[in-house]
Amino acid sequence: MKKMELFDTLFWFYLWLQFHQYQVVGRAHPTESDEHPKIYRMKLWATNEFSDFWVLLNIFIKYFLRKLKKAKKSNSQVLTINEKNPTKIKNYGIWLRYQSCIGYHNMYKGYRDTTLNGVVKQMYTKMASRHRVRFPCIQIIKIVTIPAKLCKRDNSKQFHNSKIKFPLVVKKVRPPTRKLKTTYKASRPNLFM
Amino acid sequence: MYPFKRYVEIGRVALVNYGKDYGKLVVIVDVVDQNRALVDAPDMVRSQMNFKRLTLTDIKIDINRVPKKKTLIDPMEKACVKNKWENSSWGRKLIVQKRQASLNDFGRFKLMLAKIKKAGMVRQELAKLKKEIAA
Repeated sequence: MKKMELFDTLFWFYLWLQFHQYQVVGRAHPTESDEHPKIYRMKLWATNEFSDFWVLLNIFIKYFLRKLKKAKKSNSQVLTINEKNPTKIKNYGIWLRYQSCIGYHNMYKGYRDTTLNGVVKQMYTKMASRHRVRFPCIQIIKIVTIPAKLCKRDNSKQFHNSKIKFPLVVKKVRPPTRKLKTTYKASRPNLFM
Repeated sequence: MYPFKRYVEIGRVALVNYGKDYGKLVVIVDVVDQNRALVDAPDMVRSQMNFKRLTLTDIKIDINRVPKKKTLIDPMEKACVKNKWENSSWGRKLIVQKRQASLNDFGRFKLMLAKIKKAGMVRQELAKLKKEIAA
């Protein structure tokens, strides 16, 4: 693969990995027996790819509405779809259910991030790396912002320090743009900060 | 001797060394996790940045965790972060680099003449000193 092609595909791949939060609101079609069916809201996370998004919409409609309301895709309607985003560091707790090669398991994961979408992205990538669980095999049950006192994971708790102070141990010398990257360097880089 | 002098801490001024905000001075306002910090500067929206994009400087200002924008700008003015930076050898080097990169051909010619003149003066002084020692 030529260098530019590889870069392009990596670029699109990275763009693809940006999770967006969608709020899908739907209900069964109104029928004569039920003029105002109950409206259900579900938060979904999907990447940019359209196929993914519609897959999730279908999941929503089939799985959720059907279980609650005996509504199949043919007689349900999607009402609204919108996105969110804020800017303060929060501790999130995620309850999820994932499928491994053996069976289904429940998990509780704690992450720190500024946005909900960021946490979801973190969760998906970490589940993929640590447990080899891919996107379609994970179901998010609940996501909650947690006050610092109720955090369970030491990894998050170590950052609950208003006087936090730590050194950066290794200095990675990096050219400021990818254009200036070279395969060979004249001298060995000094990694000491 | 403790090998580390510059720490990631709230109020540490850092230089962005990669990406869209390259070359900016930012203040670390909070730490998200091991790899990322919440970073703020008077002219940018508060955002999170990976530590890999930041180079810590010697400058540190006194602020609390996640201050409001105004509460950030005042200590920065008081501590004269910009002045300290531009007077430090690192900061000066970057300014000079920028200036040299924006020279046109005439500018480069003038620079060459100035360098030759300076080298000439240095060599004259050196020759004088050598003479004195030989004598």
